[in-house]
Order: sequence, then C-alpha cells, then structure tokens
Amino acid sequence: MADTAPTARPRSPLADAAPRLAAVTRSSKGALRLAELPFLAQVNVRLDAKSPAADAVGPALGLPLPLEPDTVVHAGEVTAVWLGPDEWLVVGRPGTERDLERRIRTAAGDEPAAVTDVSAQRTTLLVGGPRARDLLAHGCALDLHPRAFGPGRCAQTTLARTQVVLVARDETRAGFWVLVRSSFAGYLVDWLLDAAVEHV
Amino acid sequence: MLLIPCPWCGPRDETEFHYGGQAHVPYPEDPASLTDEEWARYLFFRDNPKGPFAERWSHAAGCRRWFNAVRDTSTNEILTVYRAGEPRPTAPLSARPAGPSRPTSALSARPAFEDEAVQAEAGSGGAAPSGVEGAAPLQDGTGRGGGGDHTLRTPTGGRIDRTTPLTFTFDGTDYQGYQGDTLASALLANGVVQAATSIKLGRPRGIFSAGVEEPNAVVQIEAPFPEPMLPATTVELHDGLVATSLPGQGRLATTPDPARYDAVHAHCDLLVVGAGPAGLAAAAAAASSGARVILADDQPEPGGSLLGTGEHLDWVAATRTRLEAAPEVRVLPRTTVFGHYDDNHLLAVERRTNHLGADAPPNVSRERVWRIRARHVVLATGAHERSVAFGDNDRPGVMLATSARTYLHRYAVLPGRQAVVLTTNDSAYAAALDLAAAGVGIAAIVDTRPEPGQWAERARSAGIEVLPGHAVTGTAGRERLTAVTVAPYEGTGTQREFAADLLLVSGGWNPVAHLFSQAGGKLRYDEVLGTFVPDSCRQAVAVAGAANGAFDLATALVEGTKAGTRAVEAEGYTAGTPALPAVAPQPYTPPMQVFSVPGEAPRFVDLQRDVTVDDLARATGAGLRSVEHTKRYTTAGTANDQGRTGGVLASGVVAELLGVDVSALGLPTFRPPYTPVSFAALAGRDRGAMLDPIRTTALHDWHVGHGALFENVGQWKRPWYYPLDGEDMESAVLRECRAAREGVAFMDASTLGKIDVQGPDAALFLDRLYTNMMSNLKVGMIRYGVMCRLDGMVFDDGTVIRLAPDRFLVTTTTGNAAAVLDWMEEWLQTEWPDLRVHCTSVTEHWATVALVGPQSRAVLGSLAPALAVSNEDFPFMAWRETTVAGIDARVCRISFSGELAYEINVSPWQAVPLWEALYEAGAPYGITPYGTETMHVLRAEKGYPIVGQDTDGTVTPQDLGMGWAVSKKKPDFIGKRSYARADSVRPDRKHLVALLTDDPAVFLPEGTHLVADSELPAPPVPMLGHVTSSYRSAALGRTFALALVKGGRDRIGERLYAPVGDRLLPVTVAGPVLYDPEGARRDG
Repeated sequence: MADTAPTARPRSPLADAAPRLAAVTRSSKGALRLAELPFLAQVNVRLDAKSPAADAVGPALGLPLPLEPDTVVHAGEVTAVWLGPDEWLVVGRPGTERDLERRIRTAAGDEPAAVTDVSAQRTTLLVGGPRARDLLAHGCALDLHPRAFGPGRCAQTTLARTQVVLVARDETRAGFWVLVRSSFAGYLVDWLLDAAVEHV
Repeated sequence: MLLIPCPWCGPRDETEFHYGGQAHVPYPEDPASLTDEEWARYLFFRDNPKGPFAERWSHAAGCRRWFNAVRDTSTNEILTVYRAGEPRPTAPLSARPAGPSRPTSALSARPAFEDEAVQAEAGSGGAAPSGVEGAAPLQDGTGRGGGGDHTLRTPTGGRIDRTTPLTFTFDGTDYQGYQGDTLASALLANGVVQAATSIKLGRPRGIFSAGVEEPNAVVQIEAPFPEPMLPATTVELHDGLVATSLPGQGRLATTPDPARYDAVHAHCDLLVVGAGPAGLAAAAAAASSGARVILADDQPEPGGSLLGTGEHLDWVAATRTRLEAAPEVRVLPRTTVFGHYDDNHLLAVERRTNHLGADAPPNVSRERVWRIRARHVVLATGAHERSVAFGDNDRPGVMLATSARTYLHRYAVLPGRQAVVLTTNDSAYAAALDLAAAGVGIAAIVDTRPEPGQWAERARSAGIEVLPGHAVTGTAGRERLTAVTVAPYEGTGTQREFAADLLLVSGGWNPVAHLFSQAGGKLRYDEVLGTFVPDSCRQAVAVAGAANGAFDLATALVEGTKAGTRAVEAEGYTAGTPALPAVAPQPYTPPMQVFSVPGEAPRFVDLQRDVTVDDLARATGAGLRSVEHTKRYTTAGTANDQGRTGGVLASGVVAELLGVDVSALGLPTFRPPYTPVSFAALAGRDRGAMLDPIRTTALHDWHVGHGALFENVGQWKRPWYYPLDGEDMESAVLRECRAAREGVAFMDASTLGKIDVQGPDAALFLDRLYTNMMSNLKVGMIRYGVMCRLDGMVFDDGTVIRLAPDRFLVTTTTGNAAAVLDWMEEWLQTEWPDLRVHCTSVTEHWATVALVGPQSRAVLGSLAPALAVSNEDFPFMAWRETTVAGIDARVCRISFSGELAYEINVSPWQAVPLWEALYEAGAPYGITPYGTETMHVLRAEKGYPIVGQDTDGTVTPQDLGMGWAVSKKKPDFIGKRSYARADSVRPDRKHLVALLTDDPAVFLPEGTHLVADSELPAPPVPMLGHVTSSYRSAALGRTFALALVKGGRDRIGERLYAPVGDRLLPVTVAGPVLYDPEGARRDG
C-alpha cells in the first residue's frame, strides 16, 4: 500500500466516549479507571510454533512468542498475546504496525506464516482501579482473581454479550486491557458504564 | 452450566463452545466413487448412543481450536478431551472428585406405623366426647388481632431493635413493629394470625412457620413496589411497608419496575450454603486457610437455627466477626442459593435493598444474581419441620412447633396464649418448655410415642401434662383456633378437648436436600429418622448438619468442621481448628413416623394447594402408583412453597394408601429454583438496549445525522434508506435507485465480512471451498464465488480478491462472516491440517464504501489523481491501491447493481473523511447516500440473489441459474458430490425466476405462494413455489418480484397465479435479469 500520510486526523471507534469514560474515573474517586487506548498497532501472526519461523520471530521482536496458552509476553513497548497454539496478537505503540509486520515477515522468511495488520479490527479499553475485577465480574465468567488471572495472563472470552481479548497488566493494580471488536466497542462502553453505576 | 475443558485454554463455560457433531467421521477420500446411498450415509447419518460418545467441539469464543471430547450422553459429563488429529484415548484423563458416599439403606420392610394408623382409626372413632378443658382463649376468636398494644411481645429478648419502631399496613390496618421483625412476626406480635384465605376451599389460614417453608401466609406487597406472593415469614419489615392477604394468587404490577437488578460471577474454593451452626463451623474451619470461601445465607444475619433457639449467639457473633475479617472470605447475607447445576455452578439471589424500603439507593441493585463456580460445596441448608395430617389441621393458630420457638427467641413474640403441642419426636418439647417459661399456657403435650422418654419427664417436671400414645384428631374455630380434640393414637380411650388458640405441631424433620438433589445427589430413606437424607453425589459436594440428618447441635458442628476442612485440604490448603461452643448433651428418644391421624374432617397435606388425604386417596384409587403422578393429579407440592412442609408428608400418605414402604416410593424430583425468583432478577441488566448488542460502523454517526432509518442485519445496524423531509419509504427508495442508475450514489458497505487468507496453499484451499475455480485468478483481479455445504446447498457468496500469489481477501455476506470463518477453520483444523493456510478476520479493519452509478468514475477520478480510472486501465473485476482524498485505499471495481461501480476500502479510522470527501466531490453530480433497501432493488433488477433471502438452505447454485459458477474442471470441492445425487438433478427443482404481475402497480408480498390455476382447486392446493423478493422498480417503472418456482426456467412466459388476500393475481414468469440483460451499463 502506498505510504502516503493521511490528510485527516484518524478517528478511533470510541472517540466520542472519552468524556463518559473519564467521568467514571473521576466520580468513582479512582476506584475505577476507564479509558480507550486508541490506535495501538496490532498484528495477527499465524505460524507453526515448532517451525524455525517461530524461533526467528522472537529475536526480531525482542521477545519470545508465548507458547503457554493464555499468557502474554512483553518487552519494551511490544506485547505478544497468545490467541491460539499457532496464533498471536502482537501489540505495539500506535503507528508501528507496518514496522512490526515487516519485521515479522522478514524474520519468517520463506516459512509459511500469515502476518496480518489488524490494528483497526479491535480497539483497546483500559479497565483499571481497585474495583476493576468487580466491574468485569458483572459480565465475565472467568475467574479474574490474581491467583487465577494474574499478571501475564490473557484470555479470549466473552464479556457481557461480546467477545473480547482480556489481558491482565503487569501489576494487579494496573488492571486489564480489554480488546474488543470495533463494531462492538460502543455497546461494550455502554455496558461498562451501566455496570459501573454502583461505583460512581 | 457445564465446564468444558478446552485442551488449550482449560475449563471454560459451555457457552464459549460450538458443537460440531460426531467425531471421527472423515471426509471420504474419493466422494465421486461413492454410491448415492454411501454419500447420503456420510452426509446425513450419525450415531446416537447412550453413554460415551466422541464428538467435535470448537472453542468458538476462545482460542477457536477444534477438538474432540468424549461425553457421556446420559449424564452430560465430559469424560475426556483431546486435540484434533489425535486418536481417541482409551481411558479418561482425570476422574472427577466424588462426594461423600454412604451405603444405601438396604431395609425396605414395611414400617410399623402403618398398622398402628389403621388401628387408631377404629379407636378414636369410638371415643366419647368430653368437656372442654382449660381456660378460654384470650383472643377474640377473629384471628385478626385486637389492636396494636404489643401485649404479645415479651418485655425483653429477641433479635429485634426496640429502639427502631416501624409502621406498616396490613389489609388496610396500620400496625407497629420493630427493626428485625419479619412481616409475619410483626403480625403475630399484633395478634394477627390469619394471613390468607385458601385458594380452592376459601378456608382461613394462619401463619404456619417462621421461614421460607411457609405455605399459608403468602401475601401481596403493595408498597413501596407491588410484588405478588411473598411469604410474610421472609419479608423483612421496613417502615411504610403495605401488604395485603391473598386468596391464592397475587397480582403483578401494572407499571414497570423502577428498581435495578444485576448479576455477577464469582469463583471460590469453597461455597458454604447456610450459616447455621454447621455452615458457620465449615466456613470457620476454611477461613483461616487462605482458601477462597463464600458463605451464603438467606437470613439478614448468620446463626440459622441458633437464632430460633437463642443458644450460643455469642459464638455466632464471634465467628461472624472472624469471617468478615478474613481477606478471602465473602459473607453473603440475605442470599438464597436457589440452583445447583453441573460442575458446581450455583445460582444465588441476594436481596440487597428490599429491606430498606423507600430508602433504597437507586444506583444499588435491588436484587443481584450470583453465578458462583465453586471447587467444593458444603451444603448446610438445615431441615424443615413437617406437619401431620389430622382433622382440620389447617386452622389459623396451627403452627410448626419449632417456628413458635423461633418467634419467641428471635422476634420476642408469643404466637398465642394457650397451646396444645402435638409431636412425634423430641424437638417440640424444647419449644413447649421455652414458651411455657415465657408465659404461654401449655395445656398438654400430645406425643404419639407410647414412651416419650426423658423430655417428657422434663415437661412434667415443669408442670405440663404429657399424653403419651395420643394424637390430635380434630380442631375447632374459624378465623382462629379455639379448641383441640385429642384421643389415643392406638386402641380406644377417652377423647379430650382442650381450649387453645395455638396448636404446635411437629411431625418430624426433613433435611433440606433440594440443592443436593439438583446437583445430581441421591437420597436414601433413613429408617430411624423417618425421612430422606443425602446419600451420594458425583459432584464435589458435602452435606453437613441437619441437612445431612444430623439433627443434634453437637454432631452438626462436628460435621460442618469436617466438611469445611476436607474441602480446603483437597485444594491444598491447611484448615484451621475453629473454636466451637460447648454443647451440653441432650436426652434422645427416637422419633415415631406418623404421617396421618384417622378422622372424618379434611386432613390437609398441602396447605397451599388445599390437597387433603382424601384427594391423595382418590389419586391412588384412580390407579396412580408414583408420587410424580399423584403430584400432578392432585397438584400436591406444586405451589410456590414447592411442598417444603408437605412434600415428604404427601409421599408418606401415598405410601400408606398404597400399602408400600415410603423408602421405595421416594420423593418427587427437586428442581430449581429452591425458592421463587423474580423474572426481573433473572433478566438482570439484559433488558432494553442491553438485551442484544448492536454493531455499528465507523460511519454510523454520519448516517444518524443524515436521517437514515436503520435495518437490523444480524447485530449490525445498517442504513435502510435516507428519507428527505416528507418522503415515505417508497419515494425515498425510488429516488435513491434513480440516483444510482442515472447519476451517482454511495453506500456504507463496511459490514461485509472480510477474511484474509494467506499461505502457499491458499489457492488450493479456496478451490476446495468454493464451487468455482479460484487458483487461476490473477493477482490484481477479483472473482465472484459461491460457497456450498456438503449437501450442495448454497451457504454464502462474495468476492475473492487476489492480493498476492499466496494471499487472498475473501468477502462474505454481512450476516455470515463469523460462520464462514468458522467453516474455514473447521476444514483446515479437522480435515486438511496439512494445508499451509491461515485465515484471519479483518472485517472491522476495513471500512468499505460502494460508489455506484454512471458518474462514479468522474467522482472517483476527481479524488484519486494517481489512479488511471479508464475502463481499459482499470477494468471490471480489477483492484488497485491508491489514495482517495489523500487516504490510503484499495479500490475494487465490482458491482452489485449492474452499474459502473467501485468499492473503496480504507482504514475505518479514515472512513469519515473519505465519506465526506465523496459527498463533496459528488455534489455536482447529485451524489445520493443509499441504504440496504435500494441495494436490494438494484441487485434484484439484475437477478442477483441474496443468500438467506432468496435461498433457504435448500437451493443449489444451479437452482439459482448459476451453474456457470460451478466448476466442472476441479476434481472435487465441498458440495460437488451432491450435485450428482438424484434429488439434485430433478427437473422440477425450484428455480429462481422473476415474476411480473399483469397490473404493473400491483405488489406481491414476499412469501406469497404460487399456483397453476386461475381458480383454486379443492385443498390440498398444489403449490408451485413462493415469492422470495418483491420491489417497486424506478428503472422498470413497475413492480417486480423474484421467486423460487418448480421447474421455473422451463416456465418462462407462462402464466401463474398468486393468491393475495382473497384474490388470485395473474403473474407472468420471466428470466431473473429484468434490467440491462446484456450488461451494457457495467463499464459506464
């Protein structure tokens, strides 16, 4: 695709929701922190975990692709999320998707690997604060207790009535990333704001 | 809710999975070599065994991996799981934890009491009446109380807060109660016993119990919010409560409930149900271990039966304090666990603000459903006292003995002044002694046991007359009990009558085994206790205390401690040693099993349904031999108390009537919910806009701002049409169609499914998936494709874009995007794991705008200076990468209208600027936004079918006239073998054709049937087909329709008839392409 800079400022799926999310953070007095983390680079990687490509991609990204199901590995500003035994989501700073895609493709070489820019497929919600787990428990059947879903854990699952990728951030207090399909993002924000009513 | 162990992600709720049918049914190596019968067997026939069955599942909402599971089809247990491609293991991977197992009672001898009951009938019938003994009852005999002077409150004691008086209204009269009262205890304190009128017979009924087992005092709450049929014994009193008594059924509110209801998920190592002595001991043993513990109890405070006996409340308070301070312990008061499902999934409802009345904060949910997943469950659910069926045993003033004790100790209420006690066991003595000490006159304790033992001595020492071997045979009074008739239970003897306003009854105890039974646990009949007790359960469930038949306090505490200890130690924690109260040993004499006492007057078994012993006798007389059948015949046990006091009694009476052992007869099945749960609580927040998510595109706000009306396509909101001021749908759509055919129009096509298919075998994979050839598509070009199921029926269609030799972008219909991706993964993972291909959804990574019409080239050209837009440079079914309005774009020259058209794909982050640039650049040409209705008209004019509208899973590509899209060169593809089936080549299959009504203004409703004759013959009328799509066409200047018609292509030009209302409209069959059949408009 031609490398032409866009003329207009990009608009994220939850651009309009930012004030409502910030209002929850404010009125909950820090019990909850809600925000969209827009435009994160997201690259879907499919390859055989036992192939040389898997070994090559690690050094190219500066982190090994996690092989244990439902875990994440991160280094610097790159996070690799286990989605399946041959599938990962590599997440990076906004604007780095092409660089990430190129590095992974180059590393994989002639090995059969599928590398797909999916940055706009999902947007990312930060759900943090001491009550983050309680909030998500309204619609997530997974056990999110730190013993079961501590830092480094992730899961593809259902939150309310939509599918999400849930990532526990490094520190328990830092909360969760909730990656949601862009078309469902508006619904999920409405749901989160409704579930948060008791905390604000 | 089952937990299914994904071989990758571990146990997850069953809702995350899709079922894929029988495993190990491979796709035949050479379908062409199979006979029709062999192919049909592969397609349509599957095993259906009872027991272990290997089947395929997909972790659809998780890692999207297909795997195999062996499930026992009779128990739903998943015995083992294994990855796709692995052979079926011979032994289960892991055994499930087993519950406590005890030997089942082997005894089935007929108990003695049945013979005794027969003898007693003759005896009491011959007794002569005697004079009434004792003082006249102090009440006025109305049962409705004598004013609010609180004379029935004891001066001290109870769990009520005497500093917080509350005012409430019952049946129009204002009363006073206290914080800590239930509606029932407050009514009793005011001398009101009668709280209902029975549903069938209209007999006055009184408060019968002090808990959820209440069959009689079921009331209607009027304020703060109307709620029907709540037991007064469970309604916490609050200021301003307004309630009325009910003759049977209640009334639903006519206005929407303003309260909030919600739900949460919770997980724990140990769930303890019930905070009585056993439950508190279990939780206390587990609490200090570090294990995650939930203790749920339906009362406002822990203590259970101790609240009713007034014993060891200091221990309760100390234990409560310790539990509430433990970091991983959650104590849930006012929470009823009402359902126990597979894999220790339990549902509970927490009543959070009901007791606050009008003071309930609006942002706190009134009730909350807890969906609890527990590694281990300890059921410490206690026991319910049961009644005895004797004559007129339903009068207000007849009350369960231990409930009366509870009213005294917990609520400081005397439920009457002068009492007779009928019992078959020891427990009523403590109630009688406590009430006597509080000033209630105990006229007599009537014990059916000939030798009632030490408790009787204690009663006699307290000056109470004990009548061993006697029973109550009748009562007198209407609105309130006035007298009780007593006679020897066995043999003959003197009948005596006692004046009383209270008759306390204890017919024994039933363990609350509802949850245990729901969990799959088996009950056994305990001959000594005379009741059904928990035996064994395949889930990790233990039962402790009275729920387990341990009716004495010391044993209950020990059982609770042990159960809590075992549960957390099984999870690797070290349990603590809880401080337990010192319990003095109590004398014990075994109970006697008495279900009914002979008599002429009605003997009620189910008070709430007005079912008597005679009703059950009619059922057995009609030949019914099972309690499930007598239950349905008489309705005994079907009311909202679900037979908690009468269930075992009904079984016992039926056993007596049939002359069989009650242990052989059993109990009717326990089903959730344990107590009634409101629909509002079950719905929670899944209501209104939250019931079903809506999906929106990046352009949604623009559509809303420009007045679009929306159509639901799956969960997507798609613009349907954009009416201008004063336009109706018909004129708006005609205008939008004209713009697309004559000028330029544009629509948001972002909802189309998009799948990126990459890998060296991508072309081969698509060749197998589509009916037509994809491998010979050139890079830079696009092809329309049809996808079918194995039976050859159309499943989906769309375009395939070749991005690179090993990379394609596949589009799907809006509603089928997820299904097509699942279909691809299923084939890749289960049948073709050797193919080096991966599929990734990119549906929302792209926003797509369709730019349509003869002027579309001019508009695109003005915004894409780098793009050569001429027909030669950018031919039909080609794609180009360029910038449009300065935005990176992939432009495809495809058309779903027959017009010159483009689909412009950009990042959704840039969709609004692209759309607005097109709107501006197209303004000189009158660019018009259009919606799905216009899209449908335009495509139908060209005879393009819509999968799911013109097809219904019984239509082949050939039926649609798209035989050209079915490859004859490819050796095989999904569905190919089915096209050679005899059924697929029938000449009278339904074909897609167009229909034109004789009158060009007449519109055929979709779904209209088609017949051959101008007059309807006698039924059954042979149907030739039906209308699948119907529109008004601006381009044709008339209405038209698409239809599936038997042998339709051979009927072109024929006249058929369409019954619409009471008319038969003549129509002419035409080829499906009505507009521009030569395709002249495609290139502009």
